Amino acid sequence: MSIAVTTQIICFSVLSLVVIVGALGVILLESIVYSAFLLGGVFMSVAGLYLLLNASFVAAAQVLVYVGAVNVLIIFAIMLVNKKEDLKPIENIKSRRIISTTICLTLLSLLIRVDLSNTWGLADPNKSIGEESTIRIGEHLFSDYLLPFEVASVLLLMAMIGAIVLARRDVMNQDISTGLPVDQELIEKQNEPLLIKKN
Amino acid sequence: MNLESIPLQAFLIVSSILFCIGIWGLLNSRNAVRVLMSIELMLNAVNINLMAFSSYVDNNLIQGQVFTIFVITVAAAEAAVGLAILLSLYRNRVTVDMESFNLLKW
Repeated sequence: MSIAVTTQIICFSVLSLVVIVGALGVILLESIVYSAFLLGGVFMSVAGLYLLLNASFVAAAQVLVYVGAVNVLIIFAIMLVNKKEDLKPIENIKSRRIISTTICLTLLSLLIRVDLSNTWGLADPNKSIGEESTIRIGEHLFSDYLLPFEVASVLLLMAMIGAIVLARRDVMNQDISTGLPVDQELIEKQNEPLLIKKN
Repeated sequence: MNLESIPLQAFLIVSSILFCIGIWGLLNSRNAVRVLMSIELMLNAVNINLMAFSSYVDNNLIQGQVFTIFVITVAAAEAAVGLAILLSLYRNRVTVDMESFNLLKW
């Protein structure tokens, strides 16, 4: 066993441990903020797994899109909806937990059995494109995957417009309390302090 | 490059465990933001699967990596729209508890 192989195995073990423990933390931790930051760690470790698979471009895309965009978006959403509230207890939560855990464990055992028992048709590793995968991805995107590439850009535009329309707060034309037309230039009106009485 | 060192099955098992954790979180979370996080975890598990197969089975044409890029694109769009829906839900209901979103219950 050469040093390179040992290094790869150590890297893989550490990364997969971080992925699994981090994912368990994401779903089990009480505080949603800790969950969000752990999710960023999970995304980074998945990018590390991609690097082990010789896919530097996809690893970079993973870091940029998931850690840089999706995770930041989730943290912003937590900031916007962060209200401490006491959740109402739900009846028969125990049976719910038991049923869902059974379903997940059954699915997990099925998947692992398929993983281990199937004989995968592995390709010859000498034919591997290795470090030049970025070039091959570029060739794919501009030849046989050109139409999905363009459709993806339209999809992103639609998602952007849809998100803006859904999350927009409608601007009122008149003030609810006074009935007067609102000065649209002053988004943040200076409110009169409530505690000072006018004479 | 020596890919025989780590077997393909190791990557598949990691992604299976990650997928099942995602499903468990999806079924059991009360907080709507955590449900979205679980969906992201499941998408990542699928991505690991695609990348492992593209590296071990299709290592010359690597179509799995192209698929992974498309999945990442769709996941980003999904996260943006999902969080926008969450924000407008929060404005209507003033809560993020999944149990209180029962308007479609029959």
